[in-house]
Amino acid sequence: MFRYFRRKILIYLLTFLIAVTIDWLIPRFMPGNPVDNMLARAQLNANGLEIMRGYYTSAFGLDVPVWQQYLNFWVALFHGDLGISVYLFPQPVAEVIGRAIPYDIALLLPAILISWFAGNKFGAFAARSKWLDNTVSPIAYILTATPYMWLGILLAWVFGIVLDIFPIAGAYSFSMAPSWSWAFVGSLISHWFLPFLSLFLVQFGGWAIGMRNMIIYELEADYSHYLEALGAPRGLVRKYAFRNAILPQLTGLALQLGVIVAGALVTEVVFSYPGIGYLILAAIQNQDYFLIQGCFLFIIIGVLLANFAIDIVYVIVDPRTRRGMTGESA
Amino acid sequence: MKRISTIFGLIVILSMLIAACQPAATPAVEDTTAPAEEAPAETVAAEEPAAEVVYDRAETLYVSGAAWGPASSWNPFMTWVHANTTGTVGLLYETMFQFDPQTGELTPFLAESGTWTDATTFDVVLRDGITWSDGEPMTAADVVFTFELAHQYAAIWFAPVWNYLTSVTAVDDTHIQFLFTDPLYQEWSNNLINIPIVPEHIWSAFSEEEITAGANENPIGSGAYLYETGADDRNVWLRNENWWGTTLMGWVPGPRRIVDIRTASNNIALGMILKGELDLSNNFLPGIATLEDLGYVQTYFNDAPYMLAANTAVLFLNTTKPPMDDPAFRRALAFAIDVDTIVNSAYAGLVAPASPTGLLPSLGQYVDQAVVDELGYTYDPEQARQILADAGYVDVNGDGFVEAPDGSEIALEVTCPSGWTDWMAAIDVIATSAQAAGINIVAATPDYGSWNTALTTATFDMTLNNWANLSNTPWTLYNLLFRHPLQEVMGSGNFGMYDSQEMFDLVDALARIPTDDLAGMQAACSDIQRLMLTDLPMIPLWYNGLWAQYSDSTWTGWPSEDAEATHTLPSTWAGYWQLGGLNTLINLQPVPVE
Repeated sequence: MFRYFRRKILIYLLTFLIAVTIDWLIPRFMPGNPVDNMLARAQLNANGLEIMRGYYTSAFGLDVPVWQQYLNFWVALFHGDLGISVYLFPQPVAEVIGRAIPYDIALLLPAILISWFAGNKFGAFAARSKWLDNTVSPIAYILTATPYMWLGILLAWVFGIVLDIFPIAGAYSFSMAPSWSWAFVGSLISHWFLPFLSLFLVQFGGWAIGMRNMIIYELEADYSHYLEALGAPRGLVRKYAFRNAILPQLTGLALQLGVIVAGALVTEVVFSYPGIGYLILAAIQNQDYFLIQGCFLFIIIGVLLANFAIDIVYVIVDPRTRRGMTGESA
Repeated sequence: MKRISTIFGLIVILSMLIAACQPAATPAVEDTTAPAEEAPAETVAAEEPAAEVVYDRAETLYVSGAAWGPASSWNPFMTWVHANTTGTVGLLYETMFQFDPQTGELTPFLAESGTWTDATTFDVVLRDGITWSDGEPMTAADVVFTFELAHQYAAIWFAPVWNYLTSVTAVDDTHIQFLFTDPLYQEWSNNLINIPIVPEHIWSAFSEEEITAGANENPIGSGAYLYETGADDRNVWLRNENWWGTTLMGWVPGPRRIVDIRTASNNIALGMILKGELDLSNNFLPGIATLEDLGYVQTYFNDAPYMLAANTAVLFLNTTKPPMDDPAFRRALAFAIDVDTIVNSAYAGLVAPASPTGLLPSLGQYVDQAVVDELGYTYDPEQARQILADAGYVDVNGDGFVEAPDGSEIALEVTCPSGWTDWMAAIDVIATSAQAAGINIVAATPDYGSWNTALTTATFDMTLNNWANLSNTPWTLYNLLFRHPLQEVMGSGNFGMYDSQEMFDLVDALARIPTDDLAGMQAACSDIQRLMLTDLPMIPLWYNGLWAQYSDSTWTGWPSEDAEATHTLPSTWAGYWQLGGLNTLINLQPVPVE
């Protein structure tokens, strides 16, 4: 058991190290220089421009050799310092991301968990009902093949503009200042709903299809036939099939996390929802090294943590993993 | 499974709670009607949740299209961040003069008057009774202090004024005297509408870094609005009830609050204006002509081009690279570009073709029509081919494109930043129409960063640029087109490194002509236009619009071309408040509730 987790943690640490290094490198491969971009329209004379360039370059720590920038980056990271945003100078990156993260969590966690849960339940259900399988499964196929952005625009158009029951932009009403009131919370929820729905629907389709296929596969497996031959009730057979079918779905969830996060980024842009996705777009356009780094760092940590959580869940739900581990350590 | 579903449910609820616990940024400025009682009220507010604030729709103006990013700085000297907090200069800090593009006149603002008493002395009389938003009076000392800052710190954009300014003195509380040697009248007049005056009693305590690059988070200005609060997708401005404009002049801006919304893409702004959630959108929305004709929105003109002109889109040619170093080739290219197709297809009729001089319609009096008739250009592929042939550009290898006189192949790129959809469509037209005339040009859209690097280091072939905004003087455009001296990095103009001492001298001569000498300015402009259209170092193509579409569902009194309407600029962009944007606010009236 400990050996299993020790190995897992080691792998995650290594992945983190490499991912963060790539995260540091990639923005720096972008052509151009963030300070020059920022000052491009400053209308300063040559002398003033030189002063400002020098000031910003040293403020961002870009005046030291690259290898030292890399070391400084790690040192700062362990101090919890993500640097200063170029595009929102002089705000610290941690503060900028801190404002956006709650929106992401509120969007992503429910969307991922509810869609996974509902999709699996529904897929298992659909596999047993010919009528459902013929009507809803094709819709699920269409949903899962839909790009997040396209579905988002469609939802915004139908619910936001044609029916006019949901707002299409922002995290809360533009006519409100944040406060502790039911009206404000209601506004938060109504602005949250459409982005959530577009994430939910696409993923729901994927999980439902996956589960449906897995259940059909499991019901055709030898153990199911054997159980049936023994005269076990259908409910029991299906329960066994469901438990077996859920395992690949869990693995699938771990694999899909990155894709889902990317989908959320696009959805946020479609709905002007002020989460990380919205920030990344602006950070890349403004070549904001530190903000890009910070946003991706958040995603890296999030995806790794989620994967780790799934590893733990795996141990709980799959007795074979447990048995394998005890056998290994014994 | 049951246990897991309970855990799921808990996590979902928890995450919603986390999100709800985060009601965005703290308000920066409170209502200043009672500055004395301010402090205790704020501490109470910090402890328990403040009373619910829902902005009254009838008192609030919703705008979009000005903010490029979340607010991060309220420093009036950092011109490069004003796009994020558009009102920093104009709503918060103010300039001594305003400019009315429709009449071409500078109008007194903070200043009551400004006069050249002789060729090198400029006297300003400040209005008596102006106060800062903290209640302190604004005096001549504040103006002197503002100019002295630029004397001290070269990193302030108007520092070069001290190349010809010798002293600024406060004669008394409202009189300021500027003494010059060899004044650049044109630049000076432009400075008068752009230099924000800051309060000495606050800014004298700031360090150099705070002045040139500080965020200035609690701004004390003199303007009509205060920065109330903001989040990543909005800025909220609250009317300053003690504004000097109201107490001294009787000007009352209509909206008590302005909510400046930042949308992640323009189609959102379109949706919001259709829903009546936006009153004024300054976004570029390609389909707006149809919506205007159907009566959904209003624009300044009732017919094409619908929008006022804001600046000129100029095709800069890199004159350091062959064949763009050959005036004949440049001239042929000017005849080869199909501007009408750009106007009609890329912009769906929302812009108008530019005068070959590049000057905006509001500066039309400085266009020498005789020079334009003689040397101007229009789309004419036949003539382009003829000029090319005459200059020795012929298709040697039979690929349909001309080769240079020395036989080398010509393969050029026309660029604009990726994602700027209107320009991307425009450079496609440029490339296609040039190819049709036998010049091998392809369109390319690099990232903004690499485009900007190529632009400022002259490593592009040809690229679009429009960085000379609407101005009171033609000098602003020429300062962009022929900025000199030439340096390794050309950050603010003359990106094609056009090197002509004769032209630089002409532009400098224009800068020295007093602004009331119309004939002198016209003569100087005529000389510049003759040389420009002979050499064609860059090709002005069309006027980018002052994108503005508005709805009168909540507010009326919007400007338009109609005789009975007002004619101010319907713009919330940074830099346009003092060109009439603020007057538009003052003219707005709430729609009476039926």
